[in-house]
Amino acid sequence: MNLLGKLNWSAIPFDQPIIMGASGGVVLAIIVILSWVTLKGYVPYLWREWLTSVDHKRIGIMYIVLALIMLLRGFADAIMMRAQQALAAGGAHGYLPPEHFDQIFSAHGTIMIFFMAMPFVIGMMNFVVPLQLGVRDMAFPTLNSVALGLTASGILLINISLAVGEFSKAGWVAYPPLSELQFSPGVGVDYYLWALQISGVGTLMTGINFVATILKTRAPGMIYMRMPVFCWTSLAANLLIVAAFPVLTATLAMLLLDRYLGFHFFTVDGQGNAMMYVNLFWVWGHPEVYILVLPAFGIFSEVVSTFSGKPLFGYRSMVAATMSICVLSFIVWLHHFFTMGASANVNGFFGVMTMIIAVPTGVKVFNWLFTMYGGRIRFTVPILWSIGFMVTFVIGGMTGVLMAVPPADFQLHNSLFLIAHFHNVIIGGTVFGLMAGYNYWFPKAFGFMLDERWGRASFWCWLIGFYLAFMPLYALGLMGMTRRMQHYDVASWQPWLVVAAVGVVVILAGIVSQVIQLVVSIRDREKLKVTADPWNGRTLEWAIASPPPAWNFAVLPQVTDVDAFWKKKQRERTQAQPSKERKFEPIEIPKNSATGFITAFFAVVTGFALIWHIWWMAGAGAIGIFLTMLAFAFRNEEEIKIPAEQIAGFEQARHAEIAV
Amino acid sequence: MNIAVAVDDEVRHEARPSASEAGPTTKRIVVGYGFWIFLLSDIVMFAAIFAAYAVLAHATAGGPGGVQLFNQRSVAIETGCLLASSYTCGLMSLAIGSRRYAVTYLAALVTFVLGAAFLALEVREFAGMIAIGASPQRSAFLSAFFMLVGCHGLHVTAGLIWLAVMMAQVAIKGFRATVERRLLCFSLFWHALDIVWVWLFTVVYLMGVLS
Amino acid sequence: MTDTHYDRAPGDASALPDVEQGTSSGVLVYTIGLALAVVLTAMSFWVANTSLLWAGGVSLGLTVLAIAQMGIHLVFFLHVTTGPDNTNNVMALAFGVLIVALVVVGSLLIMADLNDNMMPPAELMNLQMQH
Repeated sequence: MNLLGKLNWSAIPFDQPIIMGASGGVVLAIIVILSWVTLKGYVPYLWREWLTSVDHKRIGIMYIVLALIMLLRGFADAIMMRAQQALAAGGAHGYLPPEHFDQIFSAHGTIMIFFMAMPFVIGMMNFVVPLQLGVRDMAFPTLNSVALGLTASGILLINISLAVGEFSKAGWVAYPPLSELQFSPGVGVDYYLWALQISGVGTLMTGINFVATILKTRAPGMIYMRMPVFCWTSLAANLLIVAAFPVLTATLAMLLLDRYLGFHFFTVDGQGNAMMYVNLFWVWGHPEVYILVLPAFGIFSEVVSTFSGKPLFGYRSMVAATMSICVLSFIVWLHHFFTMGASANVNGFFGVMTMIIAVPTGVKVFNWLFTMYGGRIRFTVPILWSIGFMVTFVIGGMTGVLMAVPPADFQLHNSLFLIAHFHNVIIGGTVFGLMAGYNYWFPKAFGFMLDERWGRASFWCWLIGFYLAFMPLYALGLMGMTRRMQHYDVASWQPWLVVAAVGVVVILAGIVSQVIQLVVSIRDREKLKVTADPWNGRTLEWAIASPPPAWNFAVLPQVTDVDAFWKKKQRERTQAQPSKERKFEPIEIPKNSATGFITAFFAVVTGFALIWHIWWMAGAGAIGIFLTMLAFAFRNEEEIKIPAEQIAGFEQARHAEIAV
Repeated sequence: MNIAVAVDDEVRHEARPSASEAGPTTKRIVVGYGFWIFLLSDIVMFAAIFAAYAVLAHATAGGPGGVQLFNQRSVAIETGCLLASSYTCGLMSLAIGSRRYAVTYLAALVTFVLGAAFLALEVREFAGMIAIGASPQRSAFLSAFFMLVGCHGLHVTAGLIWLAVMMAQVAIKGFRATVERRLLCFSLFWHALDIVWVWLFTVVYLMGVLS
Repeated sequence: MTDTHYDRAPGDASALPDVEQGTSSGVLVYTIGLALAVVLTAMSFWVANTSLLWAGGVSLGLTVLAIAQMGIHLVFFLHVTTGPDNTNNVMALAFGVLIVALVVVGSLLIMADLNDNMMPPAELMNLQMQH
């Protein structure tokens, strides 16, 4: 029996210079960063304050850090693809062999959806939702930490695949029979499957955590119809996570059983049914895109109302629209496979449902517009992103409704028109929303603003770059170019692809601007310092210090209205109250725990072992996870008590600071 | 005795705030509810596997089908075991509520033995099928069968391990609040597994032997 | 944290979990549940094996019995009621049931439709019709 399963030195692609260069660069960067951190003595601080933290604010920030790093890797894939397609016209073959190109588009999709957009959205919700609800942490803080760890495990596995072995060439959806063992005998699809299964468990934990938090722990007086809209959209998104991710888990498990144990769910032999994979995958896949976009809608609601200086127009209809999108997103999934051969009635039904789901989205857009109408708009960076979203997302939504017509989709399915559509809505919707949220809540998280000039520069580069990169793809789709082409014969397509490549360079400038923005802001943080409420906000997170203390609220707020903080500020303006001597009680907050970090470690070990068929190591990793859970279950202290004097001291210092 | 329990609280309704405006609720409710949501997600996962089974129910690839393979007597005994174990789990919950150690351990032991008996019968069934060539590698129908019933069996196994750990916790920590909350979650889990089994034996075994 | 009588953990028999409902009434609830479940299970086995029923109705009958037994479990073992203190739990359950129904029924309908539209095997195609 081979002690290392399928693993040997030939797993490292020494003969592929691009991959070796990229892997070498990543390894070097990791060594440099780890050495710097260690030599500067930051390790105990990082361990104590971040890696073992169960504080939702810290966890949220760590999620977003992971997402931004993976944005760089996913975007590198994008640059490579655009460059290849700009070059490989006529007889030219570009610089990426097909085997490599296939891995790149598969990795690009997998990374951007699972390891960039999801962690970014989850991180944003993690940081903001408990603050907006007026409570001290999530319902299950240690579970939160474990979920972060499992997401990080998935990320680590997919990054290891760059240097050790290969990645999947079956696209980010991994349809059988291509993804079955017969046609993908290497480890690539296994990397994909295990990275997703492991991080999927983490995502499900997050979903449970948020649903319990939003439904069962809110500040006193905060009935459902007084919750901020971002919390409503987070609730809807997390209900979708809880309802949809188990289907993905089951489907990927079936594919794993086919590959590892010779089962016949989707194989050609044994009367398997490959179409069933497509069906079950998209039962998950469609709700997934709403998981990504609903929180972004929530961010826009917050940003637009704050910077228009008006309450959000049509709160009730926003809530109704959000929850109806939540339910409707479960009855449209067949529009992802109109061309797979269902009869006209079935296709027609799902076509109509897809068009119907555009209606509540339209309601939301009108509500944002009506919120801005008649307001005094402050053109800060977050509102720029919001306006960019409104134009861009609407275009993308319209092309979606166009493809919801099955006969039209028969022409456009899997063409570049489709690619343009979903990038239009994901970038215009989710990414722009996350960038707005990032700029909006950064001062709350760190106590200083992000540089405004570089923020504007990044917005304009992203906006112009997006249109340059993706509008040509609509034209190309209509001209008949299909997706995922490593080279092509039609010479008239090349100019469009060159424009698209230029667009991607402009987006690169946008990303570089964001990196510079961060560096400059950190450098100038004393000048950019803020207190609790830099934007004249309306919701409760702006009522506490920036950054908030570990316990968030010294006294849980009593909520009487929507826009709870705005109401409080109005009351304080009209009735000038002498600040009374408040009595503070000691607060119990959850204790730090290494459970998340150690579980993540064993999850990587188990995942890697399963991929390479190192069975003893997989067993050891699984036992490790079990023992970690046991250790957590048998711990004796779960909370630490913050003494009242410490809280009082913090609050007094803060009031002194504001008074200056 | 009444089954619908909220009735006796009517007099006190006005004095209490409604659940949605009373602030964060108790830890027991939060934990119980969170676990309830997890159970629903687990049931959605079973639903996806059920759907796959239903789609592949006739994909026998020329091999044996349910009519040839399923032994109703064995299934009836398994059903009886699991149902009884749900009952004893309920008795265990009552014992925990009234803090009776001996009854708790006894009820847990009986629950464990019944659950283990269920598993033993199921393993015997699987082994028997594989011995005659009706392995999951034979056809898509058998793949789906083994995954669906096997997934349930894995959940039962996990439940038994959990029960054993919980009894260790009761022995070491007593009926602390955290231990009680976890036992509440266990009983939710165990009853939910029996509900899943109801659907399993109905759809897979009983409908599977109709021809 | 306010103690409200409008909220109850799923699986808890009363709004105040530490109040003893009287163990005997608790045991009675579980015992009745067990008895009913046994009866329904026996009926299911009988329905599946008897020749006294019209064959087309057997599947439907089994489904109804399964739903009934699920109800028994929910009420007698999990103490899920329709009282105002249980609303969240029932809503969550209803959401779960909705999703399960959509996934299972939706998948079955779609897969049946797709399979119907697959090309018939060679033996069934009338090859002589093609000219």
